Amino acid sequence: MSATGIGAAVRRKEDFRFITGQGQYTDDVVRAGETRAVFVRSPHAHAKIKSIDVGAAKKMPGVVAVLTGAELAADKIGNLICGWMIHSKDGSPMKMAPHPAIASGKVNHVGDAVAVVIAETQALGRDAAEKVKVEYEVLPAVADPAKAKSGPQIHDVAPKNTIYEWHLGDAKATAAAFAAAKHVTKLDIVNNRLVPNAIEPRAALAEYDAGTDNLTLWNTSQNPHVARLVIAAFVGMAPEHKLRVIAPDVGGGFGSKIFIYPEEVVCLWAARKVRRPVKWTSDRSESFLTDAHGRDHVTHAELALDGNGKILALRAKTIANLGAYMSTFSSSVPTYLYGTLMSGQYDIPAIYVEVDAVYTNTAPVDAYRGAGRPEATFVVERLVEVAAREMQIEPTELRKRNFIKSFPHQTPVIMAYDAGDYGASLKKAMELADVKGFNKRKRESARHGKLRGMGFSTYIEACGIAPSQAVGSLGAGVGLWESAEVRVNPTGSVEVLTGCHAHGQGHETTFAQLVSERLGIPFENVSIVHGDTDKVQFGMGTYGSRSGAVGMSAIVKALDKIEAKAKKVAGFMMEAAEGDIEFKDGKFTVAGTDKSVAFGDVALNAYIAHKFTGAQLEPGLKETSFYDPTNFTFPAGCHICEVEVDTDTGKTDIVTWTAVDDFGTVINPMIVEGQVHGGVAQGIGQALLEGVVYDKDGQLVTGSLMDYTMPRAHDLPSFAVGLTETKSPSNPLGIKGCGEAGAIAAPAAVINAITDAIGSESISMPATANAVWSAMQHTPAARQAAE
Amino acid sequence: MPSVSMTVNGKAVTGEVEARTLLVQFLRENLRLTGTHVGCDTSQCGACVIHLDGIAAKSCTLLALQCEGAKITTIEGLAEPNGPLHPMQEAFRQNHGLQCGYCTPGMIMAALDIVRRNGNDLDEHTIRAQLDGNICRCTGYHNIVKSIAAGAKAMAKGGGPSRQAAE
Repeated sequence: MSATGIGAAVRRKEDFRFITGQGQYTDDVVRAGETRAVFVRSPHAHAKIKSIDVGAAKKMPGVVAVLTGAELAADKIGNLICGWMIHSKDGSPMKMAPHPAIASGKVNHVGDAVAVVIAETQALGRDAAEKVKVEYEVLPAVADPAKAKSGPQIHDVAPKNTIYEWHLGDAKATAAAFAAAKHVTKLDIVNNRLVPNAIEPRAALAEYDAGTDNLTLWNTSQNPHVARLVIAAFVGMAPEHKLRVIAPDVGGGFGSKIFIYPEEVVCLWAARKVRRPVKWTSDRSESFLTDAHGRDHVTHAELALDGNGKILALRAKTIANLGAYMSTFSSSVPTYLYGTLMSGQYDIPAIYVEVDAVYTNTAPVDAYRGAGRPEATFVVERLVEVAAREMQIEPTELRKRNFIKSFPHQTPVIMAYDAGDYGASLKKAMELADVKGFNKRKRESARHGKLRGMGFSTYIEACGIAPSQAVGSLGAGVGLWESAEVRVNPTGSVEVLTGCHAHGQGHETTFAQLVSERLGIPFENVSIVHGDTDKVQFGMGTYGSRSGAVGMSAIVKALDKIEAKAKKVAGFMMEAAEGDIEFKDGKFTVAGTDKSVAFGDVALNAYIAHKFTGAQLEPGLKETSFYDPTNFTFPAGCHICEVEVDTDTGKTDIVTWTAVDDFGTVINPMIVEGQVHGGVAQGIGQALLEGVVYDKDGQLVTGSLMDYTMPRAHDLPSFAVGLTETKSPSNPLGIKGCGEAGAIAAPAAVINAITDAIGSESISMPATANAVWSAMQHTPAARQAAE
Repeated sequence: MPSVSMTVNGKAVTGEVEARTLLVQFLRENLRLTGTHVGCDTSQCGACVIHLDGIAAKSCTLLALQCEGAKITTIEGLAEPNGPLHPMQEAFRQNHGLQCGYCTPGMIMAALDIVRRNGNDLDEHTIRAQLDGNICRCTGYHNIVKSIAAGAKAMAKGGGPSRQAAE
């Protein structure tokens, strides 16, 4: 391993601009003549728009225009879409309600836009927005997904607010297994609704060039090409070749910046109308109202076991809240990213999952770090832990009895796991966490008035999203391959144009490590280009832990082509047959001789083309690959959480966190650990602190960072992170991916630990001090410990 | 429109601002110093932290006019262009204390204030408690804590450019 090659903890190239305040985020971009967009938003969760009077607003100082949904419709701007078709059990397609970028007849959630003010400054825009007079006829609203089906109908296309009733697995075999079971564990689980809250709020800056009829959009997007495709082909804003989308530095995404939102559509439309650039930057309170939220499942789950604790079957029935409109990938999250992981790390013969997706008068819900897999892992790992306690089998022992031990393993829920060693990660995690010493630590904690608990989460995820044909057959409207173009310059430096996007993942460093090692050129000589549809031809973006497994595989394939062509050039240079050329450590050598040429010389020769004719070989050294993975990848591991619960206050302190993950090949361990840290922090946030609250009228109660508790440094421990490695056989580098693992594993580990500490299973997320204290009052064991 | 004068990163500046203009808007829009970021609207996130007369302050919670005659240091003022990085900046890079970079300027400015108030030998508990006013969504804080401890130590060794933040 070289100092800058695969496996090295290379310090990041991108850091310099960020630590010196020279990053260029969307709101930092300024265009001459720029105006600001301020949206007028519904204060009601569900209402008819009776009238909108923009007269007074238009007269306010600095106002360039005030536009409404009626004008948007009159200009034939199309609706936003959900791009993944899901069918119900009865074969009927999902009920996708119209989602215009500005509401026209009706508003369906608090924050739904009804008009937009275009003004010289944000302050003047806000003044004018307050003067827009909207008359509403307020309608009853429903916010609780458990009550959606009996609530007021929100969309004409969806009776009982039901989007689809989906299922997966074998109902009959599962029922039979349950009937024969010695023990059945049952749980009712709420997977609490979350706001992703990337610290950079969403923003869009649109510019129209009347001379060329071209539109440019700067946008906080995780996938600029997907944004361009949707806005061109579905929203119909402009033909694809007349729209450029640039995602510059983006301050975190976590899924929330995948989707195509109303605001960027409106900015583009308005920019073309007013003939000046239009910029919108979200307030944090506005983010709470309009960013896609995550999770929000209500589930009843059951596990069937035999007398020895061998799992016979699992079944779950889930209601998934998709909010007021179906966001871009929303339909896939509680179905093919959820139901397909219900086997966990275990050999379960029969599984049956039913998911009903519903509309409510709340913000749209879509993928958020883990997207369906945290929900699945929480169900599986809580069932397993509770079953172990009920059957009085050690939780790690129950897991070991059920781990999948031979690969490939076909689960009953589509996924075929390719490689893994779950016993190894459990063993390593248990050693790292000193599980043996737990009882001693528990006694010590008790002496200080604390209840100590330990919780496990042996998770698995499907990542490296995704094989196109497979997801296509499941309803995806797009393929999920990735592209890479490797450009070798005449002077031997290299640019890699990747369809992935980096918003914290460090691709400028990790991708360069790969290229530098492969071509034997200095790490500094490799540039990674992403985020501009004018530069990179097409890509699917970054999410689903895919940029390593899929994005880097595309680079490898392109490098293969570069090597092949370079060998041809080297052959001409050294007057040897192409088949006799070997490439190693940046040198092309004629086999069996000491004749060699360096990569840099070959690069120059490819472009000056003096050693070969055009008939023999095309000049240039630039190759492209579109890589379509052959399978998902399956990162997996074991997280162990140790907590102390204060018997007087119910406050939970996480004392230690141990994570042992199998991500296959690791390019940069420093970056991979950072991803685990960040994911675990979000998972702990879900378990202990975070939760969106809408009241029964659909008013967002947790509307800012004052009421929605984000994890802070003092809420979290340091993390002990270890790795095991079973390479993925499904891509050239053997990478599984790591971005979501922490968020997937963590919540179950935390809740398993708290419930262990207090001796009660009646804990739901977030397990705030109040919630835990209340549970303890009803738990004899905990009450005794407190006395 | 009222006018305001202050010193920013050692340079005297004057601008015309509405009374309601926040300091962060003045920095970003009037002075085009976009390193200071806006991450929230309730003064929780800390992405906007700068130094006001040597003390950390949230520029989203200050009116520009309140800063008449003040000495402001932003992230851009920590190191000379083409000069060496401030040891705290270098520590963040060495210890992977950032991922997306958006909270980072505020984190670094807050870190310097932690050192000012608590010295150069900072333990984990102190750093975590002192970061109450800075939110990061990417890193889980583990490496930020490491970075700040390392940066504090490096500052004790006398590293850093002459225009130190903590005047």
